Amino acid sequence: MCNNHLKPRPYRLLSIKKESFTECTFRLECDHTPVIGQFYEVSLPRVGEMPISISGIGSGWLDMTIRAVGHVSTAVHTLKPGDNIFLRGPYGNGFPMAEMEGKHIIIAAGGCGVSPIRPIIEHFYNHPEKITAMDLLFGFKDPSLVLFNQDIDRWKEKFNTIITVDQSCSTWEGKNVGLITEYVKQVKIPDFQNMEVIIVGPPIMMKFTAQEFIKHGVASERIIVSMERRMSCGVGKCGHCKVGDKYVCLDGPVFRYDQAQLLID
Amino acid sequence: MGKSLSHNEFNVLLGALAKDYNIYAPARFEKQGRFSDTDIIRYRQVSQVEEIVWQAKSTYSPKEVVMPVTQTLFYFTQTEYREPETDTRPCLVFLRACDINGFASLDKIYLENGGTEDIYYKRLREKVKFILIECHTSFDNCFCVSMGANTTDNYSMAVRFGEENIQLELKDEQLAGYLDNIGQGNDFKPQFIQENKIKVNVPSVAEMPDWIYNDQMWKQYDHRCIACGRCNTTCVTCSCYTALDVLYDDNCQVGERRRVWASCHIDGFTDMAGGHGFRKENGARMRFKVFHKIYDFNKRFGKHMCVGCGRCDDNCPEYISYSNCINILNDRLKEGEKASV
Repeated sequence: MCNNHLKPRPYRLLSIKKESFTECTFRLECDHTPVIGQFYEVSLPRVGEMPISISGIGSGWLDMTIRAVGHVSTAVHTLKPGDNIFLRGPYGNGFPMAEMEGKHIIIAAGGCGVSPIRPIIEHFYNHPEKITAMDLLFGFKDPSLVLFNQDIDRWKEKFNTIITVDQSCSTWEGKNVGLITEYVKQVKIPDFQNMEVIIVGPPIMMKFTAQEFIKHGVASERIIVSMERRMSCGVGKCGHCKVGDKYVCLDGPVFRYDQAQLLID
Repeated sequence: MGKSLSHNEFNVLLGALAKDYNIYAPARFEKQGRFSDTDIIRYRQVSQVEEIVWQAKSTYSPKEVVMPVTQTLFYFTQTEYREPETDTRPCLVFLRACDINGFASLDKIYLENGGTEDIYYKRLREKVKFILIECHTSFDNCFCVSMGANTTDNYSMAVRFGEENIQLELKDEQLAGYLDNIGQGNDFKPQFIQENKIKVNVPSVAEMPDWIYNDQMWKQYDHRCIACGRCNTTCVTCSCYTALDVLYDDNCQVGERRRVWASCHIDGFTDMAGGHGFRKENGARMRFKVFHKIYDFNKRFGKHMCVGCGRCDDNCPEYISYSNCINILNDRLKEGEKASV
């Protein structure tokens, strides 16, 4: 009898933390450790399934930060600590963590894209000796949608951090307003060989941010992106996430930009 | 081993086989066609040779035997996921060489891609034995020869239907017992179509150049294609699906998760929660499908997905020819090469 890859398992919900008016971080009890950058198919019986990346990994738990935007993600927000949530996975390749060691890491993330890179930052926050430097460049739509405020305050102490919002308002305490691409030039890159740029966000943001870094002298193979696609299975059968000869669920979601550029939807 | 059977003898054989097998063949559904007073030919279980439509190409492919249009993955009661029971009877499927080769494309996705096997597909697929229907003639829009899918030796039995009698070749020893006392022995071997009216030149490029993705040639499909997805649903090799959960009207605590055929031509195929989506223009969807069938799949699996059955062209309500599109693509690539020299 072979394994049914479409059958989810129940995981207990330990806690739920509100991040913004539309996003919560769900902490689940977990008996295994996924690779940073992998994702799970989150499954709610009678509602449906959706692919969600991991926003935190700890001993015996993992975090998923979910925006209530579709019908499954909205239903997830009705769950309470102690409830079961069903998962399949982890799926995908994850970030090349070993290849980042000893290098200058630059992370540019937009909106929900901050979620999958949060474990990278936490990893190097706890092991700063493993890299030479880290710059963080975050963009959000408006001040109310800034995620992981407390984490960012902590990260700021160790890493150069730039946060910008597309639209400012009176409560915005930061000084930066505008698209993330406008702030790429503020990142100092002393050595274009010994570095990695990680870009995660909406497709259009990743494209223009990557182009901006390339304009400033970064080689496309030094840029890493994490792609998002519609998926029904996560195991290379349903076909929704196919781009070119690649399946985002199998060959991604993490791609080097020189490869990602060749994947034309 | 070869045999010649009368129609009556063939019905005796089908009767004997039906005791142990579900027998699927293309059959006529009268007045269910796309235009008034036209029929549709699609697969269903049969018990008599008179039910089998061997004189024409089926409108729909035999893939629904292993890939039902709608398939239940789980039944839900409260928070329990329960797998449905599967019919364990083995199947015999009457089909043509192109379709047998089409199953090899489906197998690549469902049994190989990503190193995992889809258990629902596998359970149905491993029960199937193929009975090859020899093609007397190449039908409209067929281009199996160009795709190298006109021949096969992957069958348990091969059949040449005729008005007078039926010739068959038996390869599968498990079926030999059913033929012991029926028909006259001979040395029949099936013949394969060696030439189609439609010829397709599949581009033999290692890498598609960037410019072809946005070439003018795709623009004509922006408006001609109405994104109905009929080319995908009739294709023997299209394998995409969407999963969805349904609740039963009388008790919303109970329901099921189903998968249904999905189509890269139809609106919403790439839409994600939050509004992001890809390939808004129908021409881009045509390009995506054509590249998958004759380029991307081959790059990944070392064989072309398309088998040249031509059902997409048979059934397009806008009379778009996919085979012609491949030839246009091949010409454009050659012109592009010249321009770049």
